[in-house]
Amino acid sequence: MFSYYADLAFRSLKRNPVLTGLMIAAIALGISACMTTLTVFRAMSADPIPGKSHQLFAPQIQNSAPTETSPGDDGFTSQLTYLDAMALMQAHAAKRQSALYLTDLALRPTDPTQKSTYEFTRAAFSEFFGMFDVPFQYGSAWSAQEDADHAAVVVLSSDINNRLFHGENSVGKSINLDKQAYRVVGVLKPWKPIPHFYDLHVLPFGESDALFIPFSHAIDMHLMMDGSMACPKPPEESWEGKLQSECTWIQFWVELPTKTDADHYRAFLNNYASEQRAAGRFTWPAHTQLRDVPQWLAYNAIIPSEVNILIMVSLGFLLVCLMNATGLMLAKIMGRAGDIGVRRALGASRRAILSQFLIETGVVGLAGGLLGLLLTVAGLLTARSLLPNEFVLLTHLDAIDTAGTVVLAILATMLAGLYPTWRAMRVQPAWQLKAAQ
Amino acid sequence: MRIHPILAAMTRNKFGAILIAAQMAVTLAFITNSFALIEQRIAWSARPTGLDEANVFVIRASTEAHEDLEARRTSELAALRNLSGVVDAYITNDYPLQGRGWSGSVSLSPDQKTPSAQTAHYLGDEHALHTLGVTWIAGRNFTPEEVTTVRDDALPTARVLIVSKALANTLFPKGDALGKTIYKGGGVPAQIIGIVDRLQGPNFAATGRFSTFAENSIITPHRPINQYPNFMVRVQPGHLSEVMRRAEQTLSKLDSEMILSSVSMEQARAKAYLGNRGLVTLLLSISTALLLVTGFGIVGLTSYWVSLRRQQIGIRRALGATRLNILQHFQKENLMIAATGALVGAILAVALNLWMVQRFEMVRMADGQVLGGALLLLVLGQIAVFLPARRAASILPAEAIRGG
Repeated sequence: MFSYYADLAFRSLKRNPVLTGLMIAAIALGISACMTTLTVFRAMSADPIPGKSHQLFAPQIQNSAPTETSPGDDGFTSQLTYLDAMALMQAHAAKRQSALYLTDLALRPTDPTQKSTYEFTRAAFSEFFGMFDVPFQYGSAWSAQEDADHAAVVVLSSDINNRLFHGENSVGKSINLDKQAYRVVGVLKPWKPIPHFYDLHVLPFGESDALFIPFSHAIDMHLMMDGSMACPKPPEESWEGKLQSECTWIQFWVELPTKTDADHYRAFLNNYASEQRAAGRFTWPAHTQLRDVPQWLAYNAIIPSEVNILIMVSLGFLLVCLMNATGLMLAKIMGRAGDIGVRRALGASRRAILSQFLIETGVVGLAGGLLGLLLTVAGLLTARSLLPNEFVLLTHLDAIDTAGTVVLAILATMLAGLYPTWRAMRVQPAWQLKAAQ
Repeated sequence: MRIHPILAAMTRNKFGAILIAAQMAVTLAFITNSFALIEQRIAWSARPTGLDEANVFVIRASTEAHEDLEARRTSELAALRNLSGVVDAYITNDYPLQGRGWSGSVSLSPDQKTPSAQTAHYLGDEHALHTLGVTWIAGRNFTPEEVTTVRDDALPTARVLIVSKALANTLFPKGDALGKTIYKGGGVPAQIIGIVDRLQGPNFAATGRFSTFAENSIITPHRPINQYPNFMVRVQPGHLSEVMRRAEQTLSKLDSEMILSSVSMEQARAKAYLGNRGLVTLLLSISTALLLVTGFGIVGLTSYWVSLRRQQIGIRRALGATRLNILQHFQKENLMIAATGALVGAILAVALNLWMVQRFEMVRMADGQVLGGALLLLVLGQIAVFLPARRAASILPAEAIRGG
């Protein structure tokens, strides 16, 4: 029966090419506008570290006096002071932990034909790599001993290794950053968590870190922070002054595999803040917070409101396109009331009519979906050329998007065809035959 | 022609008429909101920075951690100022259209709990305002004696400062800001010695916290000395690209290890508002497509109605109705449907706008925008219906006795 109805559907669609074309075009346009924006949105709100995002936490400690500021202000900044970060590192109360900050280092290739460049360099502790499941191509992370020794070692991103060493194993080789020689201990596979959850101060959807060096070494070298710093009061004008100040500028992450671990860590944090209060540093009750990756992304509201607005507009667009398709389909189906009457008179049941037209709308949906897919690809390419760099990486389609687009188109079209089909089903054979004579 | 026969005909096609009206309503709701956003973003992107944008560029340099940074910066600046075609130059921490930058709060008294305003914080010496080419309103420039150096990224304090008019008016609505003392950050008093007409902060985002004080800025008399100087340079009109090239060469000669990248203010502007332009283009294309789809939907459904009513139209023609009468029937029918749709759409548009304002930092819509959108839809309906209506008008009276 299915193939017969499909055949009928194709015949009927061919008989009225203008209406069919309009219908398919409307569905395709609506679907592609939606899919284009939804693809961008999905990428922006994706889990950057699937499987582990509920085990990684960013602690927050209120370190400035509560003020009568806006009601949305929770007293926290999204970073820690150097003092607190070091205290938490030393306490080692989590399975793994790392203080982080971003700096820029001049990468000076020995090959004189290559230009010197400034590279995003992440100062981190050795546990950073295991904690975030960072994949290594060659070598490994530096050791805890090298953290303790403030060693001049570096882990390269795959991009940098490709540029400097043509992708070959460079472990043990030396590279020059600023004036200092660093020994390569590891090379990463391509790794780019989107969004860049562990430091959202630099474009959360933009470039990722190119080089990784030990935190202790970066502090030794007085490497300047690239990011944002919040200070309750101005620090003294020296490196040491900044380290001892109440300025928050360090990102901090801990790995807590179980809920019990997380609860313990919460208690530990609160305890720490209470001790600080007892020591006279804080004059307000301990106020701390521990958020996992999804909570952290939500807390930092990284999805631009523009994207939400675009999604609203494209959903509205899809709605209009579907209403349109409903109207056109109604016109088409009712235009064939005579045919339906004949079929009914010849013994076709209402159910048969229903399946026939469901299949017909399904075929329209499929065609709209396929065309919509093409338009989505075009839409993403356009979006890629129109939007700034940090969004470009997001504009790709995967198998799920592709299948989703077509399925959404078919379902939406069948939904749009529901009323016209129902009308078709209700056609009275005798009445129509008389009218058609 | 009376309305009654149109209504009577419409009731025989209730669903179709409702569908068109609903489509127009939703279309109106979304295009008016899109247009509101487009208008706001275009206006936002067109805001002047206050600088002599056509003739100013910045060289972002990064150098090694030399011992004698201050001496190097001094000689580099001197070399830049001496270049032919250069009007003036200075070293800044941030510049307008840069993106991120320093900001902080200012208060009118030292122990104030809630700050009076947020502001961007620029550093500059006595050459800063001349280099930027901003317009003076009142007061005086920094003297060389007032300028101090600030190393690394320490937060500098100052006894005097220059503010933008926007900040001055926020702090002192009566317009008597000049000479007043304000407190920045940790409560160090500083006197307002000058006011400039306009000096935009470095953050250009159209939404978010920074957009609420985009025009507030202060300059404190400081010369930043660190590894990452931003040299601001103003050139004589017409010499920009050529001086940009020579300036880089001059700096490279002084320190061959310096990594340099130059950006003209016009390039910075284009880059800053790329996302805004993208959003505007996307919204415009979706809105256009929305109107087209609605238009074609009207064409399709009306054509169907016409084909259903061939016999009735033939009868009316046979009974003496002119072609114009028939044409007008469909035009008026559509006008009635569209007007209903526009009315519902206007309510929907305002509701959607209010909801989005609350949820997504959407801009408020002006009444004129709703009205304009409604008119646009009515016109669209009339254009879309014209083709099928003309076909209906060309039906011959003889149709009355054919078929049926």
